[in-house]
Amino acid sequence: MERIIAAEALSKKFNDVQAVDQVTFDLFKGELFGFLGPNGAGKTTTIKMLTGLARPTDGTAWIDGVDISKEPKNAQRLMGVVPDESNLYPELTGFENLVFCASLYGMHREERRIRARDLLDMFDLNAAADRKFETYSKGMKRKLTIAAGIIHNPPLLFLDEPTTGIDVASARQIRTMISDLHNSGTTIFLTTHYIEEAERLCDRIAFIVDGRIIRNAPVSELLQPIKNDHILEISVLSGSEKAESSVAEKFPEYTVETRAGQTMRFRAKTTIAVAPLINHLEASGAEVLDARRIVPSLEDVFVQVTGLEKAEMENSRNGKG
Amino acid sequence: MKKWTAFFNILLKDIRAYYLKPPNISWGIIFPLAWTGMFFIRSGQGLDSIRSLLPGVVSISILFGTTSMLAVTVTFEKKNASFDRLLLSPISLELLMLAKTSGAILFGMMNALVPIGMAAFFTQLSGFEWGSILAAILLIAIASTFMGLFIAVSVSEVFEAQTFSNFIRFPMIFLCGLFFPIANLPNFLRPLAYALPLTYGTDILHGAILSENMLPLWLDFIAITVFCVLLFVVSLRNVHRKWIV
Repeated sequence: MERIIAAEALSKKFNDVQAVDQVTFDLFKGELFGFLGPNGAGKTTTIKMLTGLARPTDGTAWIDGVDISKEPKNAQRLMGVVPDESNLYPELTGFENLVFCASLYGMHREERRIRARDLLDMFDLNAAADRKFETYSKGMKRKLTIAAGIIHNPPLLFLDEPTTGIDVASARQIRTMISDLHNSGTTIFLTTHYIEEAERLCDRIAFIVDGRIIRNAPVSELLQPIKNDHILEISVLSGSEKAESSVAEKFPEYTVETRAGQTMRFRAKTTIAVAPLINHLEASGAEVLDARRIVPSLEDVFVQVTGLEKAEMENSRNGKG
Repeated sequence: MKKWTAFFNILLKDIRAYYLKPPNISWGIIFPLAWTGMFFIRSGQGLDSIRSLLPGVVSISILFGTTSMLAVTVTFEKKNASFDRLLLSPISLELLMLAKTSGAILFGMMNALVPIGMAAFFTQLSGFEWGSILAAILLIAIASTFMGLFIAVSVSEVFEAQTFSNFIRFPMIFLCGLFFPIANLPNFLRPLAYALPLTYGTDILHGAILSENMLPLWLDFIAITVFCVLLFVVSLRNVHRKWIV
């Protein structure tokens, strides 16, 4: 496969803070690559270095063979960038914003008008085409910002937290659009806080924590070690601490972890028998509320690899990484 | 050709989004009118004073018109991250900054026409060297705009840009020979007057309107051109250093 991004030991230091530390990875043409990490992990700083908006303290990156540090303008021609905030012009209408963005890439007058209309149609924004951007809802702003990012049909698209802080319906629509763009051949570099979003959309994912990539692999490979796991989650009202130690003795084939004192998660390589387990918990003094089987997901891999809980990721959703 | 498409569209967007807004149009007309009226009344010499006041009023109209706009078109756009969109476009930083400043230069030149139009209404504008006047207006507009650009890229907030502008603009009014000859300044302030670009632009206007230039015109043209180049180069360097960190 042909590489479109080659990042080699990219590092960025702001005064005493090492924001990005020796980040190395390749992105191949046609891939949808996810950069998954909590607030402050270095996701946005990495994007800024890859797009020429920040200078690496160390290391470099090539965009389709072009050194971004040495020839930023040649590299920027190949990319579309959707930042983590909707940064179009509030005083222009949706249509005018898209036409203006197209002009930055030298598109001809008629060509940019046609492309703008097509994108407004594609993003379901036709009805708001002549309204000023400042009057748009958050979800509409996000959609128009993505449309502006692909106005010049770039082969490579950077999406920084595209669904953060918007309503569920818009987020779902944006995910479908990302998927469609990927299917049409656009290479996508996506940063997100949302584990499910990364799992659903990406071909390959890198976990980034404290500026370092700690795992980078295809989603199927990440899920491989846990795909045959059986997980049972039991909610208890009280008594989880005492029950946990007795379960470990009675069912040594299960691994147990208790989250927030109220959710016990049992994991095994064979089917977990629910009734004996609940009976034992109740006999140990735990007050069981409910039990449900869980399909192993990327969240489990993420927790194992990073040591971070999903909640820690989700709580940082409004921050920047 | 593609880069010029980007250039003209950035300029047109700024003109539509910022310069043609009613508050700016009124600012562009009322401000020079107010300056002209103020100095005309203060001089107490009747219509005869118009000719002598014209170089100063023209310069001051350009200075205030241009420097005020850059805080919006550059600092504000940087603050709300829409400037990043321009930095990410495949046009050179030099052309981008020229596109961002061209609107202010045109706005400044339009401002200069207001006092000239007023003067034409009240008195004969005969004996003027119009070629030098137009060249001076253009160069003052460029120098003032690039000074505004220098300020805009040196700060991160719009209010800082406006405050910083005033710290430079108001002393400049009194130091660069707009209304008081530099020869009348105390000795220790004179070197400062020669370190200001507006001094040379105003001197060209004094020469072209009143034939009272203190330096040879060719020297004025060279000096103000050097200031324009220096201010633009330093501003570009600041953008590289501060905005692409």
